Amino acid sequence: MRKVKIKVNELSVFFNFLQALNRVSIEIYGNKVTAIIGPSGCGKTSFLRTINRMNELIIGFRKKGEVLIDNINIYNNNIDVVNLRRLVGMVFQSSNLFPKSIYENLAFAPKIHGIKDQKIIDELIEETCTKAAIWEEIKDRLEVNALTLSAGQQQRLCIARALTIQPDILLMDEPASMLDPISTAKIEELIFDLKKKYTIIVVTHNMQQAARISDFTAFFYLGQLVEYDKTTKLFTNPSNKQTEDYLTGRFG
Amino acid sequence: MKMTDIDIKSLIKNRKKTDLQTMISMFLIKFFTYSIVAVLFLILGKIVYEGSAVINRQFLTSAPQNNMTEGGIGPAIFGTLVVVFLMILFAVPVGIFAAIYMSEYAKDNVFNRILRVTVNNLAGVPSIVFGLFGLGFFVLFIGRGYDSIFGAGLFLGKPAMLWASATLAILVLPTIIVSSIEALRAVPRNQRIASLGLGASKWQTIKNVVLPQARPGILTGVILSISRGAGETAPLLFLGCAFFLPQLPVGYLDLGLFSIPMINPAEQFMYLSYHIFILATQSTNPTITMPIQYGTTMVLISIVILLNLTAVIFRYKFRQTMNEIKRV
Ligand SMILES: Nc1ncnc2c1ncn2[C@@H]1O[C@H](COP(=O)(O)OP(=O)(O)OP(=O)(O)O)[C@@H](O)[C@H]1O
Ligand SMILES: [Mg+2]
Repeated sequence: MRKVKIKVNELSVFFNFLQALNRVSIEIYGNKVTAIIGPSGCGKTSFLRTINRMNELIIGFRKKGEVLIDNINIYNNNIDVVNLRRLVGMVFQSSNLFPKSIYENLAFAPKIHGIKDQKIIDELIEETCTKAAIWEEIKDRLEVNALTLSAGQQQRLCIARALTIQPDILLMDEPASMLDPISTAKIEELIFDLKKKYTIIVVTHNMQQAARISDFTAFFYLGQLVEYDKTTKLFTNPSNKQTEDYLTGRFG
Repeated sequence: MKMTDIDIKSLIKNRKKTDLQTMISMFLIKFFTYSIVAVLFLILGKIVYEGSAVINRQFLTSAPQNNMTEGGIGPAIFGTLVVVFLMILFAVPVGIFAAIYMSEYAKDNVFNRILRVTVNNLAGVPSIVFGLFGLGFFVLFIGRGYDSIFGAGLFLGKPAMLWASATLAILVLPTIIVSSIEALRAVPRNQRIASLGLGASKWQTIKNVVLPQARPGILTGVILSISRGAGETAPLLFLGCAFFLPQLPVGYLDLGLFSIPMINPAEQFMYLSYHIFILATQSTNPTITMPIQYGTTMVLISIVILLNLTAVIFRYKFRQTMNEIKRV
């Protein structure tokens, strides 16, 4: 039984005169992992950012078409964008930790969202960090400045931090790009685990990873959604020539 | 064909040639730099040497005596501290909130651009102009207006500490706003995006992420403005700076059974920089007052240098944080 969680209709995105997405229509299913693949600059990040309305922070952004979550158009005037972003969490492509302690980074969202009980916050932090495979490395130095961590550790901390808002939908923009095989495996495990509760969209440049973790895969090219299907189908028997070329590395 | 015919050997030759050029230019640069520093230290040395001879507790606390030729500068220090304190009270909150509005909330349209340019230009207006503005606006318009509406006699409609600090506040406001805007703008976009992405509202983002990171930068500007205000003389000429006051501008608040001493901002005051000015130019015998002038100058310079040093420390901290974020 599949439930459509996010429905995108004829979505086009512009940054000033540059068109980043061209009439994309897609249905993303709840409690599934959807992978987004495609060459650099094809609009993967732009697509993710329309789902939590982060594109609006970019000067010159315009869009056409609609995005519905649970059948509600999130671009309606009466939508509270701040609450939308608590519902739709995002792990950004590049690490963007605050120049504060590890603990403050992790406690930021819970505090902002009004959790006062120190014990609840601490438990939440331990839980999310364990899931993001970073707890063992940081549990004894939570007071250290987060920016002193290695790039891979920072990336996992960003994932843990995104989990602290306990979102409904999680957008992950290349969450494992800087990770070693062991941490990557753990993050993939995490994604597998999270889909019981969340709907997950992952952008990745790693084809094996997309094949391993996702239920559905969308292939974007030049701002267009070229093919969208079950991962097993798309990887073994793509119906579009461009998809096949991309998957086999014969591109351009 | 090769674009240039530089090979390793010619590099070695060139090095020798540039060495001579470098040496000459380095010498000139160093020479001029050190000369300026030397002049500065000569002046400072003279002031410290002469000043420290007269500075003691009595000099710092007692009032001028014997037609200003003896005694201390207590009232001038007191007046400076009170006026600067009031100035901070007026200027800092307004300045920081204005900067937050202009950098974070104001839309990028023609009106706001003009506003920004105007603020920038205000920072360059000569201080005497601000003094005249203070006299016209605060003393005559607001002060006199208050007095005539409430029939208060001559209460606020005269030059006084209150108006002096308000005028200094207006004087330093543009600097505070401009430097605060710069500090706020220096906070990278990805920091705001991280916060908004975690479901923080715009104000929560400003309060919890942007302001803490901009704080050392804002403080740098604030402190430099304070030190400018503390050293300012010209605008105070119209605003109640006194030649000599026999008493501190302290009034007694009568509470029936007992009365408590209160600084009275509607009074005139003495000011360190103005004190130096009158001792050097207006007193009956400037030579006799020379030691007092040195002492006063040293006190004023110490205050200003202390403030600037604090600003340097804050700026250093600010740069470090910004570099840290950009390293990632
Ligand atoms: N902030 C922005 N301002 C202007 N144009 C942008 C902005 N972000 C993205 N674009 C443009 O939109 C297009 C799509 O970019 P996007 O970041 O979505 O690509 P991507 O698929 O995520 O690429 P990558 O794999 O390299 O991350 C690009 O042409 C890019 O130049
Ligand atoms: Mg991207």
